[in-house]
Amino acid sequence: MSSTLNIPPQFEIVDRPLDTQMTISMGPQHPSTHGVLRLELVLDGEMVVKATPDIGYLHTGMEKLFEYKKYQQGIVITDRMDYLNPLGNNLAYVMAVEKLLELQIPERAQTIRVLMCELQRIASHLVWLGTHALDIGAMSVFFYCFREREKILNLIEAASGGRLTPSYFRIGGLMMDLPSGFERRVRQFQDAFLKSVDEFHTLLTGNRIFQNRTKGVGVITAEDAIDWGLSGPCLRGSGVDLDIRRTNPYTSYETYDFEVPVEQDCDVWARYMVRMREMKESHKIVAQALARLKPGPVKADAPKVVLPDREAMKTHMDALIHHFLIVAEGFDVPAGEVYHPIEASKGELGVYVKSDGGPKPSRVHFRGPSFVNLSALPHMSEGAMVADIVAIIGSLDIVLGEIDR
Amino acid sequence: MNSEKNLPELPNTPVNQRLTPSQLVTAFQREHPDWLTEIVEAHGEVTAIVPAGHIVEVCSELKGGAETKFDFLADICGADRGVEEEPRFEVNYHLFSTTKHHRLRIKVLVNEDDAHVPTVTGVWRTANWHERETFDLFGIVFDGHPDLRRILLPDDWQGHALRKDFPLRGYEPYSLK
Amino acid sequence: MGLENIIAEALPEVLTTRLDSLINWARKSSLWPATFGLACCAIEMMNATSSRNDLARFGSEVFRASPRQADVMIVSGRVSRKMAPVLRRIYDQMPEPKWVISMGACATSGGVFDNYAIVQGVDKIVPVDVYIPGCPPRPEMLIHAVMMLQDKVMKESSRDRRDVPESEARTAMVPGTLPITDGSTALHNALPESRPYSIASRHERRRSS
Repeated sequence: MSSTLNIPPQFEIVDRPLDTQMTISMGPQHPSTHGVLRLELVLDGEMVVKATPDIGYLHTGMEKLFEYKKYQQGIVITDRMDYLNPLGNNLAYVMAVEKLLELQIPERAQTIRVLMCELQRIASHLVWLGTHALDIGAMSVFFYCFREREKILNLIEAASGGRLTPSYFRIGGLMMDLPSGFERRVRQFQDAFLKSVDEFHTLLTGNRIFQNRTKGVGVITAEDAIDWGLSGPCLRGSGVDLDIRRTNPYTSYETYDFEVPVEQDCDVWARYMVRMREMKESHKIVAQALARLKPGPVKADAPKVVLPDREAMKTHMDALIHHFLIVAEGFDVPAGEVYHPIEASKGELGVYVKSDGGPKPSRVHFRGPSFVNLSALPHMSEGAMVADIVAIIGSLDIVLGEIDR
Repeated sequence: MNSEKNLPELPNTPVNQRLTPSQLVTAFQREHPDWLTEIVEAHGEVTAIVPAGHIVEVCSELKGGAETKFDFLADICGADRGVEEEPRFEVNYHLFSTTKHHRLRIKVLVNEDDAHVPTVTGVWRTANWHERETFDLFGIVFDGHPDLRRILLPDDWQGHALRKDFPLRGYEPYSLK
Repeated sequence: MGLENIIAEALPEVLTTRLDSLINWARKSSLWPATFGLACCAIEMMNATSSRNDLARFGSEVFRASPRQADVMIVSGRVSRKMAPVLRRIYDQMPEPKWVISMGACATSGGVFDNYAIVQGVDKIVPVDVYIPGCPPRPEMLIHAVMMLQDKVMKESSRDRRDVPESEARTAMVPGTLPITDGSTALHNALPESRPYSIASRHERRRSS
């Protein structure tokens, strides 16, 4: 009898009334929100009653800026959108404009685009893996991931001159051809990479703490995932076999032999496994793209749109005139509107471009996969613990630059 | 022999199950003539223009239809056609089918004086944030939306940033005061 | 030659130096940054701490999530107008001595984003000690900036940077108070206009006068 009396009264109540709930603000400056995401968490004890994302802390006004820039100037802005996957953004935007212009891209340029995009996808997944593991508490994975990522950044830098913001794809082709010795360097990376993936698995996959933190957390069923518009690894982690590289192929992805990893568990663990397997698939695609690299032009035959080579510009009068006109006045894009989706590292990245016929677009809109994936966070985090929120956000692989634009 | 010749035209053959979006939409228009006002095909994409009043019916019909099966709302984005244009705004819905893998754009034209569109959050829950973004940047009101407030810009922001008459640099430089 | 030699000979275990030099030496050897990753530059900031560019060599690898335990704020990326009050609040929460590195073109001047959403330079909000150009700067440039900051710290007097409770701080509105957005914004609008929005730090006030 005496023992029951000693318990303070508030601990006897298991189902607390509503006024014991607490609202806390997580972010915008929080190491686990991957940038400047803010969450309003309504907590009951340690349980999350409601999670409301509050975004816009990195709103950059990019879509407005596009309307004031020429088409080719817009490529630079796309780099800063999803800054973990800039080449994917370049590709989506460039292909949308090419669709309006009805340009034919030479085969070598397409192969290089596939090659670079898949390298970038690996790099993006490496950042995801490092930060996701860091959030959950495994620090050393971060260093291993960034070690591998540095190699990819060196490759991208060799090709384009920029580590993080390459702007390598241009309307009608590429900025320039690959430097000499590039294939050899990619092969060097390729040879070592599979072993590194095994290393990541050794570090993390068998870890019982990591498994307990991720299995059964943040569950979203396939139907809900489609209803919430999830895409990319988040959707495939819910058992939906959907990859835009398969369903609506672009840059001749239909000719590459790769698997689309699908996991049925619908939780954080499933999304983790999908991305880990995707890195190996990207590795396969890179190898195939390397094998089919043949010499040829990397720019479309459209002198009014594509900047001429440096050499031609110095020797041919018409090339110089075209260069001057493109840089000074831009090129007119026929009126119309297109929506071009690609499979970026985070999901369906769609670009809507509307042209009035002038050198500047009338409207450019980006359907960021992170934006849509994040909108399902309240659904996924119902009844989760506070610490699970961090795991769920990490598994969504959000980039705030793309969400807020 | 006769059946072999007719095989590709039968409605249940696998070849015909993959109707192109334009065929689907044309059939859809025949069924509901007043729901679609115009069908445009350009650059390999199909655009169906829908009056604002019918958008919810059109979307739920396209989502549920056995042939159409547009169960995935990829995107909603607004656009400003220009200050003098009438109707001034448009709202584009990009639909996708996760089983048939075809795409369709639905366009709703909105007047500036009466910038109201019924919400499609009842059809796809993902429409929630897309509609909030369109409201935030264009000022188009989605009637019946459960939580229509600004999403990207601060709550006390004046104006709608992506309208053509909103200056690129805003109305005043930033200051903390 | 002078007094030091006599003391050094008479008392070999005693070291004489200026107090400022000693304090500054201690300060510069462990500059702890606050994690203030905003955009693209944050990835390069992470890179600076990771395997290849080991920022720990210069004593500033310990990224603190809490501004209360940080010495230097690395503003890495573009600052939007919605983020600006938050940034100022985090700066105000950092104890003196505190320094700011503005990393990248966007934080320094707005960069390519000269539009309605972006604050054209973080120095409109907080005093900046070191600017880094580049979009984004390489990790090596961030390391260089940290070393430049260390040089700057060595030249300061420890009396310049002290937290002094001001009387007006009691009445000041907390900058960047975040309203509960999932409801109404009445709280945000009800605050009186006359209160100062933010209290300038001592060295900041000295700079502007």
